[in-house]
Amino acid sequence: MDSFPWLTVLIAAPSLGALIVWVGGGAVRRHARVIALVWSLAVLAAAVAMACQFDADGGVQFAERVEWIPSFGVSYAVGVGGIGLVLVLLSALLVPVVLLAAWREQSSPARQAHYAALVLVLETFMIAVFAARDVFFFYLVFEAMLIPVYFLIGSFGGGAGGAERVKAAKAAALKFLVYSLAGGLVMLAGVIAVWTEGPGGADGFMIDSLVGADWGSVQAERLIFLAFFVAFAVKAPMFPVHTWLPDAAQAARPGTSVLLVGVLDKVGTFGMVALCLPLFPDASRWAAPVVIVLAVVSIFWGAFLALAQRDILRMIAYTSVSHFGFIVLGVFAFTETAEVGSAFYMVNHGLSTGALFLAAGFLIARRGTQDMTEMGPGLQRTTPLLAGTFLVVGLSAIALPGLSTFVSEFMVLAGTYQRVPAAAVIAALGVIMAALYILIAYQKIFTGPVREDLAGTRDLGGRELWAVGPLIALMLLFGFIPSPATDVLRAPAAETVELVGAGVLAGADEEGDQP
Amino acid sequence: MSPASLAALVAPVALVAPPMPPANVAPGGVATAAAGAEITINWVTLSPVVIVLGAAIVSTLIEAAAARRRPRPSGPAQPAYLRPLQAGLALVAVAAAGLMALRLALEADKSMGLNGDGAVVIDPVALYLQLAVACCALLALLVVADRTVQGESAFAPQAAAVPGSEYEAKARQRRLSQTDVYPLVLFATGGMMLFPAAGDLITLFVALEVLSLPLYLLSGMARHRRLWSQEASLKYFLLGAFGSAFFLFGAAWVYGATGALRLSGIAAAVQSPTGLDPILVVGVVLMLVGLFFKVGAAPFHSWTPDVYQGAPTPITGFMAACTKIAAFGALLRIVYAVFQALEWDLRPVLWTVAILTMVVGTVIGLVQKDVKRLLAYSAIAHAGFILVGVTSLTAEGLSGSLFYLFTYGIASVGGFGVIALVREVDAEGHMRGEATGLDQWRGLGRRSPVLAGAFAIFLLSFAGIPLTSGFVAKFAVFAAAFGAGAPALAIIGLACSAAAACFYARVIVAMFFEPAPGGEAAVGAAAEVGAAGLAGSALAGSGLGGSGLGGSGLGGSGLGGASPGGLGADRSGVGGSGLGIGVRTLGLTQIAIAVSLAFTLVLGLVPGWFLHFTQELSQLLS
Repeated sequence: MDSFPWLTVLIAAPSLGALIVWVGGGAVRRHARVIALVWSLAVLAAAVAMACQFDADGGVQFAERVEWIPSFGVSYAVGVGGIGLVLVLLSALLVPVVLLAAWREQSSPARQAHYAALVLVLETFMIAVFAARDVFFFYLVFEAMLIPVYFLIGSFGGGAGGAERVKAAKAAALKFLVYSLAGGLVMLAGVIAVWTEGPGGADGFMIDSLVGADWGSVQAERLIFLAFFVAFAVKAPMFPVHTWLPDAAQAARPGTSVLLVGVLDKVGTFGMVALCLPLFPDASRWAAPVVIVLAVVSIFWGAFLALAQRDILRMIAYTSVSHFGFIVLGVFAFTETAEVGSAFYMVNHGLSTGALFLAAGFLIARRGTQDMTEMGPGLQRTTPLLAGTFLVVGLSAIALPGLSTFVSEFMVLAGTYQRVPAAAVIAALGVIMAALYILIAYQKIFTGPVREDLAGTRDLGGRELWAVGPLIALMLLFGFIPSPATDVLRAPAAETVELVGAGVLAGADEEGDQP
Repeated sequence: MSPASLAALVAPVALVAPPMPPANVAPGGVATAAAGAEITINWVTLSPVVIVLGAAIVSTLIEAAAARRRPRPSGPAQPAYLRPLQAGLALVAVAAAGLMALRLALEADKSMGLNGDGAVVIDPVALYLQLAVACCALLALLVVADRTVQGESAFAPQAAAVPGSEYEAKARQRRLSQTDVYPLVLFATGGMMLFPAAGDLITLFVALEVLSLPLYLLSGMARHRRLWSQEASLKYFLLGAFGSAFFLFGAAWVYGATGALRLSGIAAAVQSPTGLDPILVVGVVLMLVGLFFKVGAAPFHSWTPDVYQGAPTPITGFMAACTKIAAFGALLRIVYAVFQALEWDLRPVLWTVAILTMVVGTVIGLVQKDVKRLLAYSAIAHAGFILVGVTSLTAEGLSGSLFYLFTYGIASVGGFGVIALVREVDAEGHMRGEATGLDQWRGLGRRSPVLAGAFAIFLLSFAGIPLTSGFVAKFAVFAAAFGAGAPALAIIGLACSAAAACFYARVIVAMFFEPAPGGEAAVGAAAEVGAAGLAGSALAGSGLGGSGLGGSGLGGSGLGGASPGGLGADRSGVGGSGLGIGVRTLGLTQIAIAVSLAFTLVLGLVPGWFLHFTQELSQLLS
């Protein structure tokens, strides 16, 4: 394998870019947006170059390791398996998209530079968290990530909506911080316990050497599992700890929400797949029935609340809660199909929800409101391109065949059906709810007679099409030819299932008392 | 008690630690005869303490000599060289002591130990703590020595003057300054360096008083808000004396139960059951109460917020950092001496105090509206976190606590340094007291991003956010508690950390997300003038980007920005009677902040080497 430190470069490069944009004066500051965009495209190119060398059956690759805090057995250890790779690619893809979409959002060059710098810093953390192969390092990045997000929501949120909205943005930022910190500190207890209860020593935090570790007692393993799971459930927002997400998404810039929901929340589900299942297989099996119930509740809870929203960003946030229900369901179904499906779902959800937030952002920029009932009606006549975009990404959210989300949702449901048929059947009903909330929103905004004052509304411009276009193209591509992605995901999924493995299907019968 | 009887009492007690070689072969040792017993004093290992206390005495003598020409408010002004001389002497002395402690610590091994026949124990841990005290004191002294470009320090021109009196007004007018601050700080530092090295009860008590008395005085010397400051001083003195009395009383009980004053003697005596255990327990608990007073642990914390708020901010920083290090050092020494025998009696006490301290500090901290008070409650909570490490009583716990003390101390000095820079400006553009109200900090991030950014990093470190030293420290002590079979303690600690993070976040919100009180336009104009004028002098070589911290030179806001530093009357007189925020600077505080910041970040990013160091020390001890 190439000994070039791909991941370290990918992790360090965005921060370097942020530093240039933030510290640079004069000319650099005036062109901060361009510099940041070009920089993030270069990072994306590097990520793609790395992905081209990835061997689908090679396990964890591009591994690097440097001892960091020997006293605690902590190292800087990175490497990606299939799931990590696709999520790194997703992060690298969404950053330039967000930068492009937020082109006009900030008025002064200084604010533009700060926004771009924060987004780039966040990219560093996003790539690092998906590449981390050391539990402690993972935790560090997991927590450190809060800081740029906190500032993105609190400092740039609220938009031009006046003092009240700015105040709401601050409150939302604080709520986000409190939830995440609380979840993070629960996880810290788990991280400490991994060190004290686990094998310890120089490899005491390396994920690879912790797989199959002996945690002392069943009780200990379950408690440590719970510590990690709670943090991930908060992050991924699952019912009942999802309430921070709608507030945060409503208050933040749509661009920030793309990253928040499209990538950051994936850290939660990624953590479940990458840490919870391999490190605590017995506890995962023990918890699976409850988790599956919570996942199904999330699917419906999110969908119902999405139906009731007037604020478009809040609505999208609730749809995400519903989608995360599907992802978690697939993760805890412990079948290969469902694991591949949920990993693929993470990517597709990033593309689809990302595009949906962008479309919502375009709408808000035109109409100056986030209230769906005030946006329309009849925008389809004046802005056909925008309407089409919204419809396509909306349909992707309800998993229309031909779009990539269909493939992943189908795999999750099919995979779950193999083991927990009841949950799969009930979850499938959630798809109908999804059709309702998306189509009703479309109807409110785009159909019907044009309101007079909306006649002159601008349609999508070139920049906006460039931002949202690649996402739609990818969804179509993966909708028809999903194999490039699913092939990469298959090996790790099989490995995970084997780890959690034996006895699952045997135990399925007595655990089959699902809702 | 005369020295003779003292020596006689101690003589029969067996020493646990390896005894020093005979006096006449001790390297650098000087043998003196006292009441028939030979007492060995190894001046080399004592030198950090001796340097500081010696400098304190010299500094006092300089004060006395200068006092002949010391001005009455009506007389001639004090000599111009006095303040630089005193400040320079104090800085050099503390730096020298720190270097000496560092040199000794690097050479440290098990064989070094008792000094003065066990009255002082210079072991690796003591040297480490002395080094930590010296580092924090050095940074704090920079803040103490700093003054506005108009020449005002943070201290009252004549501390003895009645607040608001004509005498005080005259002193202020003549720009007098109370240079006694420096010898006082030196004495306190000397006491703090001796405290964690004390090997017997009498030395402990003497060191406690040497460190406390100057602090009582220093607390009352704030230039602004004289009444608050004097109240703080009195409160600190009364409660501190109370604490000392507890300590002394406890020491008497311990002596009664064990017949020993040396800690090594006590450790030996408690090994064998004497039937006097209850007396011993009472004595040890009373001594601990005295120390809990000093570290501000609940329920003995009530002085902390008032004193932190009332004392001059540079002194608050000094106190917060150094007193904590010293008192925890002594606490560790006492607990380790008696704990083996009294584990079951002491564990509940330590646990209860640790939990109470964490909870009280956090919960009450949540509702504070004053930045200094907020940091005071944060200091209480941190005392609780450190106690978690102390309570685990393992090598990991010890090394975690040592790491925590150092990182917390450094961040505290930096944090209070920032507070010392954020000041009110009155309508005439004169610098007033610190603007400590949380609502006065609104918008600081916009107007002075580097200063606010530095404070935010200190707060994040206090909150234990990864990539700051505070996180590594918290991880170390909580991991030690977990390992020592006290996961409950660690989990309560984590919960408190989460809650405490909220009040740190509130300050960050105020600084970065809220608009400044008053119009931003006025601020902008004034800030530019201030920044341009001060950037050069503010920060030469502190490594933080001159225009950045220099940019903290802000004018007033709502009432029209007079640029600080007498850089010209730029008064737009926008009107209103709001508060402005101004900044004074000779650049010393900025240097202290920059150094603290560097430590906080470096120990957060690459803590390995330092943790290794503290672990080595801990293992040498056990």
